[in-house]
Amino acid sequence: MLRVESLQKSFDGFMAVNGADLVVEKGEIVAVIGPNGAGKTTLFKLITGHLRPEKGGIIFKGDSIAGLPPYQICRRGISLSFQVVNVFNRMTVSENVHVAVLSHIKKTSKLFLPARNHGMRKVRDILANVGLIDESDRVSGSLSHGDQKILEIAVALGNDPELLILDEPTAGMSPEETAVTIGLINRLTSEMGLTILFCEHDMELVFSIAHKIMVMQQGRSIIQAGPDEVKNNRQVQDAYLGGAD
Amino acid sequence: MSKGFFGLKSFIPVAGFLIILLILPGIIPRFYTYILTLIFVTGLLAMSLNLVVGHGGLFQFHHCAFYGVGAYAFALILTKTSLPTWVAFVAGPLMAATVGLIIGWLCVRLNKLYFGMLQIALGSLIWAVAFRWYSLTGGDDGIHGIPMPALLDSINSAYYFILILLLICLIVLYLILKSPFGLTLRAIRDNPERCETVGVNVKLHKLAAIVIATFFAGIAGTLFVVVERSVFPDLLFWVFSLEVFIMCLLGGWFTFPGPILGAAMMVSLRTFVGAYTEYWTLIVGVILILLIFFLPEGVLGYLIRKSKGLRVGSAGEG
Repeated sequence: MLRVESLQKSFDGFMAVNGADLVVEKGEIVAVIGPNGAGKTTLFKLITGHLRPEKGGIIFKGDSIAGLPPYQICRRGISLSFQVVNVFNRMTVSENVHVAVLSHIKKTSKLFLPARNHGMRKVRDILANVGLIDESDRVSGSLSHGDQKILEIAVALGNDPELLILDEPTAGMSPEETAVTIGLINRLTSEMGLTILFCEHDMELVFSIAHKIMVMQQGRSIIQAGPDEVKNNRQVQDAYLGGAD
Repeated sequence: MSKGFFGLKSFIPVAGFLIILLILPGIIPRFYTYILTLIFVTGLLAMSLNLVVGHGGLFQFHHCAFYGVGAYAFALILTKTSLPTWVAFVAGPLMAATVGLIIGWLCVRLNKLYFGMLQIALGSLIWAVAFRWYSLTGGDDGIHGIPMPALLDSINSAYYFILILLLICLIVLYLILKSPFGLTLRAIRDNPERCETVGVNVKLHKLAAIVIATFFAGIAGTLFVVVERSVFPDLLFWVFSLEVFIMCLLGGWFTFPGPILGAAMMVSLRTFVGAYTEYWTLIVGVILILLIFFLPEGVLGYLIRKSKGLRVGSAGEG
């Protein structure tokens, strides 16, 4: 479904991503791990169009999407949930998801008819699915951090993505909130058939839910394989699990 | 925010207010009717600006350029051509929206302050044209004594005409804000990056908002000519744009009717305090300082928050 080949991106001479390769097949949960500064977030921003790659290819469903603006990449079926909560702070929980749904059903340019006439059923379904239905009318900025992270995912779901990219979905969450999020990620793949690409520092979480793991170090991908193979890989142990971080 | 503005709960006070506005010209002196009419026109201008500033988060720093274009287009058609008046009424807003499209197309490539600075530069070019092109625009003298149809001859008829148009414009603006486009616009204000990530073509939506806002500014411009029967370059001077920006902040830029309240306050200040001292802007300055410190959401924003207990959050973003 998604193939990233020899991707490169530098900032002021610093190679943030320097030859990253990644393959994500339909229905998989793929994790990207690596020490801080390994280039995980940059990789995700390259895939979703927030940054333009300097070299390399990004192929999604057979088409090159490298360098397209984020809104076009989203329309092709890739949604991103940000690492730092990045929602519409002054709007309600329901309105947050509604914007994504309206965008998906191509109604954002509609004038004069009330917004509530379009896509509200889907908004309620998503909010019920992620467990935020009781908070629908709350201003999103007033939610707890954990709920805001869940809302992040809910907004990303509004576009009915085929590939959902989650940048550290449980960062800053309490153990209870983390458990809820893991359950949600599992349900998204098992019940909705979503393909998920995520990065995470919580190794327990990564090895418990990921079908495949790609390890990054200094902008490079070292290996992409199943959890057991990654765990036993010498290079990975040296570079990451054993150590430096 | 604007929730319930046209709901049952607010219907009675709004209807009552309207009835008062309808009977006022019959009982107040002509001068006050004139001031009220001016408040309507300026209020519509401020409302149109607030569509892109308060609801769209754009740094529309030179909105009056479009107001002036609407006014000049209307005035020029009435004085330099023999076209019927209704053509001028249509051409004013359309001309403003066309200029809005061109300037907006150039500006939406930039963000925030850069957007605002480019708009001031381009808007000032239009001002320079109006100021210098004596043979067409009358230069710094402007155009005076613009003929009006008999129907709009008296200040009272102008008052009712403008009040009706203002109400229609307010209803249309309200519907736009409640529409999917309005919701998307607020989302762009809150977080353009996220909007782009959920598949919204942010630049296109910003441009559409600018065209709509400048169309309404053009309507306000033509209505100004109906009241004043004259146009002059000060209408498109950037200082006036700043004044209208302050009206939005003063009234409540995250509320629907706030800018009209801001316009009423500014026009009243200019008229009544300005009669005593030319330094009336000093008072505006003091009010602005107090506003920033104590009422960052504007007067109406504060009142709505107090009455509904809503948390509105910081007004500094946008």
